[in-house]
Amino acid sequence: MTIYQVALVAVVALPALGAAAVALLPARPARLTGVAVSAITLLPIILLPFARSSTWTTYSANPAGPRLWTEVDVSWVPALHLDFHLGVDGVSYPLVALTGLLTALCTAYLLKSSGRALIALLLVLEAGIAGTFLSFDLILFFLFFEVVLLPMYAVIAGWGGDDRRRAARKFVLYTLFGSVFLLLGVVTVAVSAGTADLAELIGGAGLDRTTQYAAFTLLAIAFAVKAPLWPLHTWLPDAHTQAPTVGSVILAGVLLKMGTYGLIRVGVGVAPLGAEKAAPVLGILAVAAIIAGALICLRQTELKRLIAYSSVGHMGFVLLGIATLSVTGLQAALLGNVAHGLITGLLFFLAGAIKDRAHTGELAELGGLRETAPRLAGALGFAAIASLGLPGLAGFWGEAFAVVAAVQRGGGLWTTLAVLAAVGGALTAAYFLRLLRRVTHGPAVISLSPTIAGREWLAWSPLVVLTLAVGLVPTLVLAATSAPMRALVEALP
Amino acid sequence: MTAQTVDHVSLLPLYAAAGTAVLVLLADLVVARRSAIFGALVVGGLATAVCAIVVGGSRVGTFCAGASCSWVPSPLAMTAAVVFAGLTVGVLGLSVPSLRLGTAPAGEFCFLLACSMTGGVVVGYAGDLITLIVGVETLTLPLYLLVGLRRFAPGEKVSTASASASVTFFLISVVSTAIALLGAALNYAATGALHLDRLIDGAGPFAPVADAGVALLVIGLAFKVAAVPLHAWAPATYEGAPLPVAAYLSTASKLGGVLALAAIVSRVDAAALTGVLAVLTMTVGNLVALRQTRMVRLLAWSSIAQAGYILAALALGAAGVAAAAAYSVFFVVLELVAFGVVVALRAPGADGGSLLAYRGAGRRSPWLGAALVLAFAGLAGLPPGLAGLFAKVTVVDALIDNGHGWLAGVVALNAVIGLAYYVRVSALLYTKAEAPGISVVDPALLEAATHPRLPVPRVVGFVLVAASLVAVALGFAPQLLFDALV
Repeated sequence: MTIYQVALVAVVALPALGAAAVALLPARPARLTGVAVSAITLLPIILLPFARSSTWTTYSANPAGPRLWTEVDVSWVPALHLDFHLGVDGVSYPLVALTGLLTALCTAYLLKSSGRALIALLLVLEAGIAGTFLSFDLILFFLFFEVVLLPMYAVIAGWGGDDRRRAARKFVLYTLFGSVFLLLGVVTVAVSAGTADLAELIGGAGLDRTTQYAAFTLLAIAFAVKAPLWPLHTWLPDAHTQAPTVGSVILAGVLLKMGTYGLIRVGVGVAPLGAEKAAPVLGILAVAAIIAGALICLRQTELKRLIAYSSVGHMGFVLLGIATLSVTGLQAALLGNVAHGLITGLLFFLAGAIKDRAHTGELAELGGLRETAPRLAGALGFAAIASLGLPGLAGFWGEAFAVVAAVQRGGGLWTTLAVLAAVGGALTAAYFLRLLRRVTHGPAVISLSPTIAGREWLAWSPLVVLTLAVGLVPTLVLAATSAPMRALVEALP
Repeated sequence: MTAQTVDHVSLLPLYAAAGTAVLVLLADLVVARRSAIFGALVVGGLATAVCAIVVGGSRVGTFCAGASCSWVPSPLAMTAAVVFAGLTVGVLGLSVPSLRLGTAPAGEFCFLLACSMTGGVVVGYAGDLITLIVGVETLTLPLYLLVGLRRFAPGEKVSTASASASVTFFLISVVSTAIALLGAALNYAATGALHLDRLIDGAGPFAPVADAGVALLVIGLAFKVAAVPLHAWAPATYEGAPLPVAAYLSTASKLGGVLALAAIVSRVDAAALTGVLAVLTMTVGNLVALRQTRMVRLLAWSSIAQAGYILAALALGAAGVAAAAAYSVFFVVLELVAFGVVVALRAPGADGGSLLAYRGAGRRSPWLGAALVLAFAGLAGLPPGLAGLFAKVTVVDALIDNGHGWLAGVVALNAVIGLAYYVRVSALLYTKAEAPGISVVDPALLEAATHPRLPVPRVVGFVLVAASLVAVALGFAPQLLFDALV
């Protein structure tokens, strides 16, 4: 085993073992352990890109298959086509890094809080999410996809707002409803192809047209619930509004990405014919999500709910990018994924900070933040402007190029979709500016403490820096994505 | 005519199981000390498991007429015998605290349990219909008594719940056995087949008789697994039975029914009937479980629903037997953990109680709470209950592989309904105490007084740890089970 393979396994194993340790230790050392584990997990994540230099030695028999930087493949349950096959490439790496980063920030944010169960749950979530991004076996992918379900339920139900039980129940039942389609989809693929190895399956090898249609339909529904794609999004606002700050950050930052990543890697990868057939439907729904999300946001009166609905719109752009099935579109989707994770993570941290101080999230009861807490208002302004897609910040590239990709795709339908998406982008600006006008400007209606604690700076600043960095140098994310995306697109009919 | 040669080695598991019953009886007569009786049953149970493993699954059968044998060792039979022995010992462990209190005479209780185990072993190895039905009856007959075997201390409030549960169970079971026997007889009249490997679909003018026979056999045995619409006895019986016996009913007794059904449906075509039973069983079981307010009834309805998933695999015929067997083993382990936690959380001899009694139990007893969450997550088919996840994947895999995608869809959607109540109970375990209606100086003290944390008897704790370890081990290495079944 090379050091890179060890690192690959460690990305999943460390948080899992750490969670067990945190659950067993007494509260105070447990919190320190949790923070330490989430920080140490960043080390193997930092190490992984160095495996890239040896890329060309990993030879794949499948020309459309991903060129993995490094991989681990151990047979686990042959009876169910299940191999413990982890791998990393340019598509999954940015999301894995984002997962590690956000988890580390969230555990650090919780260092001073009481109790340790929340930290343990965050580590389990990290293991599950990172495992999903790293799985190169369909059944293993499904397994990791399911791992996050109950811990996220527990996070919302245990530490959420007043209406947390209902929101948590809605979350868990809705997303399980999605993942049963995933189960049916991956088993359909595994049974008809006789293997569940994603590296072999990508490109649609070995699946006939009918199977691909069926598989893509099942998988698309599963990922559309998770992402979420309008009209299957209704669990999201409740979950976000009720979840604790760290829960919202992880949920918006990386959990939703399991849906979009899955759609690119598993949906489009395994069933390209199905994807080709379903692309217009996906595109229309994605644009509907953009418009609906923006219009709903214009009417929102609660801070976290507004940010939650804005996620529906942003994920709409990501899905539009995927639906175009072009290299530009898919890359825009990947970039949009990461940008949304950074920016919305930051927005939820800030919303949490405001709610902690003001004890309300109602826009009507907030106001004049610029005067009472100028730094907080500045950070919120930065995040909101990044989220509305100002060029030079991370949010711009994904959304702009999703529209560009739709225009490039040509034809009446896609041009219309591109125009509508662009209008949706303008509406995004409208509601974020409305948010800023309500919260930061105007007379100060509420007095709140302007001091920002060290842990808050610690949690926000990496996200601010990365939002700028990705906005200025988008190749940070896209560096290694063009080859795998081109391979995916070439497999299309 | 030559005398039939009997291969006594392949009969070893049966000898061990039946010998256990005799040993327990003798221990009760001669030594008359509880520890000796318990020891005899534990040793006998372990010996049965060891014998089953020693005999293995590839030995030729015995009691043969021509090529067809009445006693057929197979990998499935071996696994089943080991599971039956394990469940018997486990249920004994769960019963020990209440037996020490004298809620039931220990000697009789253990003897009946050993007899039931013997029946279970026979079901697995049975090679003809008569042996099969005798095995099923030997498995169930002692349970009528075990369900009703409840003594009350002087001054304790006498309840007739267990007696009425026993009578319900007895009546339904007798009727179902009669139906199964009638089915076997009709099938024999039409096809002349008694040995399982000679069972064939009817042909010619007698085909309707043969089909009716098969249908009656399946229906008779479906009573045993509490398949809807033949399920009504189960919740009432589980609720009235002592908790460990309810655990045995929903694990070992159900496994026996599944094995018997598997023996039939793998040879003759009963796919339509089994498929309908499966859809009804899982859907009704899950929907009714949503409304339950008592722990044992909830577990009863959930185990009805689980039987539906097993029946779905059996609807595939021979192709689904391995999946059904694997699911059953995963299920009984998780179910034993769930019942074990319920036993541990309740006072010895108490019933399962209302769900509200479990509020905050996971905060008071973190390990028990974790075990119950593991079991419920597994029954819902989600991590951390990996064993349950693999169980569900196994069944869905088998269904899709054999072109029953629609049934796989029903199974998967039912898993969503199932999660609703599993998650409700699991969340209840960690819910904080409800504020009392009146003002109280120290609510925590009041909570501790009204919901005392009971010490877990060592033997119950041991069974729980063992069962949980098996569940975790099966979750990480399910291939062990799949290998043992083929």
